[in-house]
Amino acid sequence: MKVRLRAALTSVAALTVGAALTGITPSTAGAAVNPSTAKSAAAFGGMAGLIKAAQKEGTLNVITLPADWANYGTIINDFSKKYGIKINSENPDGTSAEEITAVTTEKGQSRAPDVLDLGTSFAISAASQGLLAPYKVQSWNDIPATAKDANGDWFDDYGGYVSIGYNSKVVKVPPTSFKDLLKPIYKNQVALNGNPTQAGAAFAAVYAAALANGGSFGNIAPGINYFKKLSAEGNFVPVTGSESTVESGQTPILIWWDYLEESEVAQKFPGWKVVIPSDGHYAAYYSQAISATAPDPAAARLWEEYLYSTTGQNLWLQGSARPIELATMVKDGTANKAAVAALPKAPSSTITFPSVAQTTAAENLVSQDWASAIGG
Amino acid sequence: MSLVGPRDAAIIADPARWPDPALPKRRTRHAFAASVGILPFGIYTTLFLLVPAGAVAVEAFRSPTGHWTWANIATATHGVYLNGFESSIELSVITSIIPGILGLIVANAVLTSRGRMLRRIVSTASGVFAQFGGVPLAFLFIATLGTTGLVTDWLKALGFDPWDHGFDLYKLLGVAIVYTYFQLPLMVLVITPALEGLRPAWREAASGLGARGWQYWRYVGGPVLFPSFLGGVLLLFGGSLSAYATAEALTSGSIALSPIQIGDFLNGNVIAGQQNVGKAIGLGMVVIIAVVMVFYVLLQRRASRWLR
Repeated sequence: MKVRLRAALTSVAALTVGAALTGITPSTAGAAVNPSTAKSAAAFGGMAGLIKAAQKEGTLNVITLPADWANYGTIINDFSKKYGIKINSENPDGTSAEEITAVTTEKGQSRAPDVLDLGTSFAISAASQGLLAPYKVQSWNDIPATAKDANGDWFDDYGGYVSIGYNSKVVKVPPTSFKDLLKPIYKNQVALNGNPTQAGAAFAAVYAAALANGGSFGNIAPGINYFKKLSAEGNFVPVTGSESTVESGQTPILIWWDYLEESEVAQKFPGWKVVIPSDGHYAAYYSQAISATAPDPAAARLWEEYLYSTTGQNLWLQGSARPIELATMVKDGTANKAAVAALPKAPSSTITFPSVAQTTAAENLVSQDWASAIGG
Repeated sequence: MSLVGPRDAAIIADPARWPDPALPKRRTRHAFAASVGILPFGIYTTLFLLVPAGAVAVEAFRSPTGHWTWANIATATHGVYLNGFESSIELSVITSIIPGILGLIVANAVLTSRGRMLRRIVSTASGVFAQFGGVPLAFLFIATLGTTGLVTDWLKALGFDPWDHGFDLYKLLGVAIVYTYFQLPLMVLVITPALEGLRPAWREAASGLGARGWQYWRYVGGPVLFPSFLGGVLLLFGGSLSAYATAEALTSGSIALSPIQIGDFLNGNVIAGQQNVGKAIGLGMVVIIAVVMVFYVLLQRRASRWLR
């Protein structure tokens, strides 16, 4: 009890000192800004106040951001240089589940993650556990309403389409649809990048295959059946596809997110081509969120402002990912035109997403049926 | 892979090297000193084995909101997760008994050969291969025995494509072959000390009394070796049951295996907020090992009774 009281007193003292050092802007004078509860840049008296508070913290802890994923390597360096804030990158190859675990287990430590980049279902789950701090970036209104939490607990950041990538040096007849992949010429050539009961991209591939075969967001079963058929035809190779299995020749065709085909495979195989299947369009976005117990709350908020600035959005775009504000940026002419032109051609229809309930039902079905469908 | 190094494994597998419960009484004076000596090990075991195992056991009975529940256990013991236990046990039995027997044969062949060099090479190589696993091992097999693998290509050039004759690296059989790659050398490592314990004099005495080769093994060598063999097989069983990355990289979940299913819940990007089902499956694996251990101890006791 005593210890806890002292800790509370210390943190109050720290806050007061922190506020004094940060220098309160006239508009908020009197009421010290608590960066941990600031819901927008306005709470800091605008961007200048936010930048100052973030620089005072001096560090930002990010987690599960691989340097070759959606251009994060450049984004991290650029942010760091621009604001003079040191970025600690933890567990770059980790998963969404590991992010949540880190938030809860490292709580109270200075190395705990400040900002998260996770699958939307994980963001929703974390929000319901009260692990996320609501925040609205300045360009909040450019994020479609279906791609964010109304309260600001999480908001989608970048994403892409399920695509078919193939090594054009080996695969002479380009596949353009899920239906094509069933042809005997692709025997022992088609792989996912992982296990659909674990890897988000592989799960999305099953969803896309469902849409291509008479299924819907509410009915993923045709997708499982499709892979069962692909496996029975001998076309499906159940290994975890990666650039090494492409190099060994075992998986000349990979079904994966278009931006990862570009950044992780095409970089090493110049003949790698990426198409969005004509018969199944499935897009998904990751979500940004700020940890409620972030040790660097102001830097965390500045990071989000940076990611949702034109600079941040264009950097994702240059990593072949589609930033959430792309539509607005194309309309306003602020999107990097070369990067837009380099993206695999997307269907003209507007992107729709499954509801949380639909996704959960689909996840449960895939978890239950995948092994027996493919292995059986 | 196993947390136990080859040296520890050799000791575990060989009851002759276990502390003798029937040590003379005067030793108890040193009991205090001895307990201080094992203190670090005790702390280590508590922190890294007992506490996590206890946490898993408790969490397996809690809902995501922290209430007590049987729901996780119910999920973990039905449907695909029950199949997971079945295939895991099946795979572990195959990849402990077959490499166990083969390892015994290899170790015996090497020990009874004349070449000292051969013995050194085999034991060093076994030490290396027994520790090779995970994604690199899976990739090694994909690149050699996959449909476009190097060895497959050679065999095809000779007019024989194993993939056309029922071979499939990405099914249970394939995974079993890959596991054998590290299980067999591990068995060679753990059984060699026991084989070395078979004194040549016993063999001479047996043949002096008119025993043939098989009779020596049936009545002398076999019974002496049996407890160590059993210990070795148990070690392999545990290793197979808990192996994760190799199977995951080879099969992408197309074979239901408990460790991969635990990964679905604890490690995945797909199923959110059900970590405790994963812990319930983990508890199930602890129970499997516990049951196997009980059988092992009973058998061991019977088998080694006359050794005391």
